[in-house]
Amino acid sequence: MGMTMTQKILARAAGLKEVHAGDLIEADLDLVLGNDITSPVAIKEMDRFSSDQVFDKDKIALVMDHFIPNKDIKSAEHCKCVREYAAKHDITNYFDVGQMGIEHALLPEKGLVVAGDVVIGADSHTCTYGALGAFSTGVGSTDMAAGCVTGKAWFKVPSAIRFNLTGRPAEYVSGKDIILHIIGMIGVDGALYQSMEFAGDGIAYLTMDDRFTIANMAIEAGGKNGIFPVDGETIQYMEEHSMKEWTAFEADPDAEYVKEYTIDLSALRPTVAFPHLPENAKTIDEVGDIPIDQAVIGSCTNGRLSDLYAAARILKGRHVAKNVRCIIIPATQQVYLQAMEEGLLKIFIEAGAVVSTPTCGPCLGGYMGILAGKERCISTTNRNFVGRMGAVDSEIYLASPAVAAASAVAGKIVSPEAV
Amino acid sequence: MKLEGSVFKYGDNVDTDVIIPARYLNSSDPKELAAHCMEDIDSSFTDRVQEGDIIVAAKNFGCGSSREHAPIAIKAAGVSCVIAKTFARIFYRNAINIGLPIVECPEAAENIQAGDTVEVDLDTGIITDKTRGMSWKGQAFPAFMQKIIKAGGLIPYINTKNG
Repeated sequence: MGMTMTQKILARAAGLKEVHAGDLIEADLDLVLGNDITSPVAIKEMDRFSSDQVFDKDKIALVMDHFIPNKDIKSAEHCKCVREYAAKHDITNYFDVGQMGIEHALLPEKGLVVAGDVVIGADSHTCTYGALGAFSTGVGSTDMAAGCVTGKAWFKVPSAIRFNLTGRPAEYVSGKDIILHIIGMIGVDGALYQSMEFAGDGIAYLTMDDRFTIANMAIEAGGKNGIFPVDGETIQYMEEHSMKEWTAFEADPDAEYVKEYTIDLSALRPTVAFPHLPENAKTIDEVGDIPIDQAVIGSCTNGRLSDLYAAARILKGRHVAKNVRCIIIPATQQVYLQAMEEGLLKIFIEAGAVVSTPTCGPCLGGYMGILAGKERCISTTNRNFVGRMGAVDSEIYLASPAVAAASAVAGKIVSPEAV
Repeated sequence: MKLEGSVFKYGDNVDTDVIIPARYLNSSDPKELAAHCMEDIDSSFTDRVQEGDIIVAAKNFGCGSSREHAPIAIKAAGVSCVIAKTFARIFYRNAINIGLPIVECPEAAENIQAGDTVEVDLDTGIITDKTRGMSWKGQAFPAFMQKIIKAGGLIPYINTKNG
């Protein structure tokens, strides 16, 4: 029996010729990631180790991105704890205010992840790097602590679901619409414990940013990881961003999949996930009349340059509706700088939007756009759980940057085609 | 090892944002986290929960964020065990790593009701609803995970292994 792409990567990292779904293996890690919320818990755990060393100071990435620049004294203490740890162990890839970005946009941009890598991160959206043909998955702080000290992690080898993407998506159908459609189709536990392996000729029409967005939300279907094959687009991205050696793995022709779905991308419409689960997906044509109070464009899902371009194309020469707050958050300093150089920030500010320094901020209800009771937000983030962005009775609608920008202009959820 | 407690029952997809809302993640102190456990889904939970009580839920418990603060908050609130139809995978790992007992058992999760007195035998996986006089067998952990649990979590396990 052949292996899936994920299984091949794990087999190599475990030093095994082959692995099968359900096997428990110990794999060598190419990168261990933590942020300002999860790292302090991991650092506390590391004190319990008999060893005081890190396995490789170049293979640990610590990104201060959730509550920084610090929103209060407690989060400042958390960052201080991580800063001191990074200094003590001379961690190469420590990113603080001024260098930081939202971790899952930052790491690929800095070339820290390439095809064939095995990455764990104490953040659930670590699955983003599957876009590059890497195996990457979210873990908790204790796993992160163990990874930092030993350079290894245990995994149950996942079975896989294959998604054959065919056809070319229409103008306003982006990676976000594709993944919301898929989660709507299989549910928030549709890929529980499994890999989501993407394949098919439709991938050729997806930019790297589209693929990052799709892989990023594999966790919202319960997936262990989401992964794309390595093609010319991936290789070009890696060559532009990284000096690391990469290895492209391909699924065997006889690899076993628990399920297979074929999705005609040309038939998809802009898609919105209604409260309070990402699986509550509706096409823009089914939305009805939903007035909004706020629009958020950013996050590890949709804060990359092409996302800001999509928003700018809609906002150029238009104005955010009265009584709507439109908050735009470039995901990294580099994205911020490019957005400035290419005139996007001017478009946003003239349209009445605000632009923030990179932060996860409102996505998880941290700060920079918390919702009051009964308020509604259209957001390019990844979760619309109860109370995620503020009050328990506030509502979050998940959508693409183009839909969020169009809705900010219209004051209600609309298609980009409607403005 | 046997655990016994009164049951708090919840439905599908209890996410880590309702288990411990992110507005409290500027702390990593277990007691502080426990004071806000389940706040956004059950505002009276922290007032009612007693040492040893058991959470029973339906599918995909602990979905969403990887925050280990979620099982830490549940454990520090005094909850002795979580029974569910299924667990989201990061929560599952985290619970084992920090030593919060969890059991997957769809039949038990279906039948046990809020307020029931339930006993869980962690060695045999037998779950007994003493109020209803019913019992079920939960899914056993693979031997490897049992070793982590017996060691008291992942870090003591690694310390033992490395001598």
